[in-house]
Amino acid sequence: MIKMSQAYKTQLPNGLTVLVKEAHAAPVASFWVWYRVGSRNEYTGITGISHWVEHMLFKGTPTFSKGAAEKAIAREGGMFNGMTAYDFTTYFATLPANRIGLALRIEADRMVNSVLALDEVTAERNVIISERQGSENDPDFLLNEELMAAAFRVHPYGTDTIGHMCDLETMTCEQLYAHYRTYYAPHNALAVAVGDFDGDEMLRLIEQHFGSIPNDLDIPAVNAVEPPQRGERQVFVEGEGNVAYLQMVFRTPPVHDPDFFALTALDAALTGASGLTFFGGGLTNKSSRLYRTLVASGLATAISGSLIPTVDPFVYNLSAVVRTGHTPAEVLEALDAELSRLATEPVTQEELTKAIKHAKAQFVYSSESVTGQALWLGYSEIFADYSWFEDYITNLSAVTVEDVQRAAQKYLKRSNRTVGWYMPENGA
Amino acid sequence: MSIPGPEDITRRELPNGIVVLVRENHSSPSVVVSGYLRVGAYDERPEQAGLAAFTASALMRGTANYPFEKIYAELESVGAGVGVSGGTHTTGFGTKSLVEDLPLVLDILTDVLRHPTFPGDEIEKLRGELLTDLEERAHDTRRMAGLAFYELAYPPTHPYAHSLVGYTETVSELSRDHLAEFYAGGYGPRGMVIVVVGAVDTATALAQIEGAFGDWEGRQYDRDPLPDVSRITEMRERTVTIPGKTQTDIVLGYPGPPRTAPDFLDAFVCNTVLGVFGLMGRLGENVREAQGLAYYSYSRVAGGPGPGPWRVIAGVNPANVERAMVSIRAEIRRICEEPVSEAELADNKAFITGSLPLQLETKDGVARAILNMERYALGLDYLHRYASLINEITAERVQAAARRWLDPDAYALAIAGPPAEG
Repeated sequence: MIKMSQAYKTQLPNGLTVLVKEAHAAPVASFWVWYRVGSRNEYTGITGISHWVEHMLFKGTPTFSKGAAEKAIAREGGMFNGMTAYDFTTYFATLPANRIGLALRIEADRMVNSVLALDEVTAERNVIISERQGSENDPDFLLNEELMAAAFRVHPYGTDTIGHMCDLETMTCEQLYAHYRTYYAPHNALAVAVGDFDGDEMLRLIEQHFGSIPNDLDIPAVNAVEPPQRGERQVFVEGEGNVAYLQMVFRTPPVHDPDFFALTALDAALTGASGLTFFGGGLTNKSSRLYRTLVASGLATAISGSLIPTVDPFVYNLSAVVRTGHTPAEVLEALDAELSRLATEPVTQEELTKAIKHAKAQFVYSSESVTGQALWLGYSEIFADYSWFEDYITNLSAVTVEDVQRAAQKYLKRSNRTVGWYMPENGA
Repeated sequence: MSIPGPEDITRRELPNGIVVLVRENHSSPSVVVSGYLRVGAYDERPEQAGLAAFTASALMRGTANYPFEKIYAELESVGAGVGVSGGTHTTGFGTKSLVEDLPLVLDILTDVLRHPTFPGDEIEKLRGELLTDLEERAHDTRRMAGLAFYELAYPPTHPYAHSLVGYTETVSELSRDHLAEFYAGGYGPRGMVIVVVGAVDTATALAQIEGAFGDWEGRQYDRDPLPDVSRITEMRERTVTIPGKTQTDIVLGYPGPPRTAPDFLDAFVCNTVLGVFGLMGRLGENVREAQGLAYYSYSRVAGGPGPGPWRVIAGVNPANVERAMVSIRAEIRRICEEPVSEAELADNKAFITGSLPLQLETKDGVARAILNMERYALGLDYLHRYASLINEITAERVQAAARRWLDPDAYALAIAGPPAEG
């Protein structure tokens, strides 16, 4: 008997990493399979392929014909979805706990048996293009896409997960199938279960469904390394609309670097603590430094910051919506003044304490949802180790005022950033 | 964890009219407060569209004991949240915090609802944020299609015909005094409901709520009944052109059943078949899966205290609008003219009843469910009866609801996107 009120990690002989955690607050359970493949594994010609393959994994296998899996999950009252990001593709179902076995059957099956039929690929091409066109309607997307392309000129993080339109128009069924066969294998995957079940029984079920899947494929390595940035970069995007946006990204260290937590604390002081969730936390940031400088002053109507943990070094992102009647230049000037102020008015112990208390509250809230817990356990295992999530508060608590000051000086400098301007054609 | 019901929900009516409902949940040391006041856009004049929502947002901009900065400094230093949001019939509020911080968040909530000061400089900042948001809306195909739909589907005198957040010209004209007057005339305890769910014992929660609001004597607006909304008998169509966009958004729909309509659950099951089940129901299967015309194509029946809309929503390539419309109308025609098969009906019912545990997983979810039971007088045993209420719905009832509320040949259709080519 292993106690699994904390997460328990093991590996099957075929290389599948398994994380199991019991949670008995509600009669529900969540099961996820994560693959270490995403837009990080792509290059020009096949950008967007991981996301497209994710769509294709909902198109059926010989066992579950097209639509059968989501219908089966829905019949049990469950929730069923997939998502693709830079570093991963993941599939999940959350169900009444006594039905969770269905999710294991579906995921084990489609790890190897998805069909990717030509007619389905053809129909899905239009859906994917439509998804991209919907994003293009949004100035934020247009700006972010150009900005990231300028911030990364070598590493695939410079391309959005949706992919380039020309690749979406030309990729073939054979390319999609090859991508699927290359990366979907137990030794490139992670199974996570959190919920109201017996942990030993869940482990046995996972072994039963996934244990015999072969692992005979070599997984190609990603060798891209973004060269050092030598000076500030700027990008200007012109587009329709009446509102201007300003965004900037600073290159940041890998997630294993101790400076990462110092930057997390810095972000909390600048733009408010993050919500520890993909699904939005509804948190306010009105006592943060940049809110006071940009929004309370009337220059902008919103400011947000994000520091996403990733496998390879990424960026710290600041985004502002420029208030009508003001310009991105005014926002940039005020933002620069505030960042310079960090040198003379370092982040205080009080601001650190606030960030830690905030994180503690977030952990309590997130413990209510098995879906949220499974997401964070799996996600942190992708870029580090699941203990990254469990040790989050400890690591954040260890950050000192000096650590934050050093990180601010090292990373939040102009030569390390790319600035993006969205200039509306109808703007004031 | 059992399904919430009369045996573990405590309901108390305070002398000033406030209804308090408490359900303990000690699974984690947090607590959620959720509720509403009987004031909203219903009580504003059309030429002041946006007043109720502006007022609700302004409450958080400063109170007798908490200037704006202090409200957020206190909340954000403990990872807690308090929010107020103006709706059409009601103004909603909520808090989320660790249980140790409940006294603080209740103190702030009380001051926000009872003693707002509407500081002039903060009101101007807020106005700037609202006006910028309205500029963004003017270039957002989804929001503009939604706005045009409401204007088409409801008569001009109906509160639903006007934007909740208003228009540039109305929001520009609303003064600090308008907000203060609107507040004074209609914020009060009668019709107010407060739900507390979390790691707090019932007696303590009741005492805290009574201490905070028990002596409140606010006013209330008299309300005329909602104007009649007749069934749409012709095609009403409006196109909003937004140059430079790559996708067109479509909203097609009808005034729908209120939550309290006898056939609301029939309509709810019908809508699940049409545009929810699995990957967006029949609409998703036809428009997205079979034809690849859209990334999203689904439907929602709003319910609510009045005839909230029943809508189909889709985002398509501008060249595919006609084809998507043909498919959407075909699905509406099919659900009106053909009874749903027993197998499909059984699947949909299983989904609706089976997903209850997921909806009740979090404290927010439980609070939402209790609030709905109170708001629509469903009875505190409603969740216990829910499965049987759903399971007794027949294919005939589903079809009757479709025929009563939907029509493939008469609807309001709003389209927002780039100009047609050629």
